[in-house]
Amino acid sequence: MALRLRLDKPWRPLTAEVVDRLPGQLGVYQIADAKGTIVYIGQAGARSAFGLRSELQREASQRTLGHQFRVEVNQQYRTRWFELLMVHQADHGSLPIDNAKNPPPALGRLSPN
Amino acid sequence: MDFEPSSEQQMLIDQVRRYVREEIIPLEAKLDPDASELDPADQARLVEKTKAMGLYGIDIPKEFGGPDIDIVTRVLLAIEMAQHRAGLYVPCYGTFGGAGLAQIFEANEDQKERYLYPTLRGEKKPFFGLTEPSGGSDPARAIQTRAERKDNGWVLNGAKIFISGADRAQYGIVFARTDASKGRAGITCFIIDAGTPGFHVRRVVHTLRSSSYATELEFKDCWVSDHQVLGEVNKGFAVANDRLTRQRIPYAAGCIGVAIAAHEMAIEWAKMRSTFGDKLANRQAIQWMLVDNEIDIRTARHFTLEAAEKARRGLPFRTEAAIAKLTASEGGGRVVDRSMQIHGGMGMTKDLPLERWYREMRIRRVGEGPSEVQRMVIAREILGSSLR
Ligand SMILES: Cc1cc2nc3c(=O)[nH]c(=O)nc-3n(C[C@H](O)[C@H](O)[C@H](O)COP(=O)(O)OP(=O)(O)OC[C@H]3O[C@@H](n4cnc5c(N)ncnc54)[C@H](O)[C@@H]3O)c2cc1C
Repeated sequence: MALRLRLDKPWRPLTAEVVDRLPGQLGVYQIADAKGTIVYIGQAGARSAFGLRSELQREASQRTLGHQFRVEVNQQYRTRWFELLMVHQADHGSLPIDNAKNPPPALGRLSPN
Repeated sequence: MDFEPSSEQQMLIDQVRRYVREEIIPLEAKLDPDASELDPADQARLVEKTKAMGLYGIDIPKEFGGPDIDIVTRVLLAIEMAQHRAGLYVPCYGTFGGAGLAQIFEANEDQKERYLYPTLRGEKKPFFGLTEPSGGSDPARAIQTRAERKDNGWVLNGAKIFISGADRAQYGIVFARTDASKGRAGITCFIIDAGTPGFHVRRVVHTLRSSSYATELEFKDCWVSDHQVLGEVNKGFAVANDRLTRQRIPYAAGCIGVAIAAHEMAIEWAKMRSTFGDKLANRQAIQWMLVDNEIDIRTARHFTLEAAEKARRGLPFRTEAAIAKLTASEGGGRVVDRSMQIHGGMGMTKDLPLERWYREMRIRRVGEGPSEVQRMVIAREILGSSLR
């Protein structure tokens, strides 16, 4: 049985108070602007000191108020990250704006059902 | 048979060992523990280095521009190339080049121009599409993807699963049934370009190998011309089988390399770590684990070199390749497991490469023909042709 392809959890505000309560696990995340447009898909890999919490704390400190986020705890953060990028590309015809600035060198192509 | 490396072989082994230790491992220390790619600038720099070493394209036959290195020496070098964190599936991060797809050497001249040479130049990447949702151990019976004759070509319909790299490849080879009445003599191998209408990479398949995923493919009224048939119509199974047999030797070598690296780590740790007032290395329980590691490694190395030597001499090596694949993948798994045990909690962390090797080594007992199929091949040899 295929796993869920897209992240569809509700958005949460990207603020220090909220992200400080995140787990320290590995996984993937999405950042959206105030309108809910995904601007970045990231991963919290094993080199992040406190996994998702560290990555989202960094995001919160660098982005303006009004941004939102959602996370997925996932040990397979790398392959899941590639998958989310490819699905986004298939759904929208392009990568999220901040990923497009520095795209992974060899992103594949998916045509999900 | 004497498998002690000759002085020339030893020189090459030392060269590759130094390369892994001085070039690959320091770069790898900065990457994510599940990474399977180097930074493109590092990759390009290291490819120049392996070219200067005269070892670029090590698996490419001499007549196609590869270095003139026999298969036994290639095995000895493959054992070295695997001795780093990503080494099982991406030895030296691909900086030694190679075709990545043995079958494509069987292409005709036109196909060589379109596929083989660009692949050897590193301009195109292929995938290998054999396994289907209906099974991979016994493809001759399991293949349900059909190819039907139409307009000087073929229309493919069906699905493939667990196909590595299909989403990034520029082309792949795909096995389909062209004559349902003929069993293994009714399968044809096709070359499919990425972007061919009707060919879809439907989803990522996540596995224990979380450094690089597999994919699921769908063929929906996918038309290809006769020029895309690799080899002869209805003779695709021989193409697949030959590749799988050959692949088992380097596949085994990779397992041995990782097992050696894990074993060396365990020895070092056992000599350093104390519990209950004495070094682990002085405990018989630990010594026996190390002894068992040593035996597993030597056994696998012997059988893998034996298979390579038979292949080098042009003798049949199907049984030997099965024994090599079996002893190296099963023995390698045991070695990594024991080495993790000796490391205690540290062995379970992503700080060390052991946990990645543990996950990836587990796949080796299934990939390229599960252990049971290797045993079946060996049993056929022991019991004679009545089982064929
Ligand atoms: C990470 C990964 C990457 C892969 N990449 C590729 C790829 O690029 N291209 C490709 O074509 N395939 C690929 N594969 C597929 C792989 O080759 C198959 O999984 C393998 O051949 C086994 O096929 P199956 O999974 O359908 O198992 P099945 O054929 O359904 O067999 C299931 C199990 O039954 C047992 N079994 C089978 N036959 C016998 C027997 N005769 N007697 C006793 N027991 C038996 C074995 O334990 C076997 O594992 C990949 C698989 C993985 C996990």
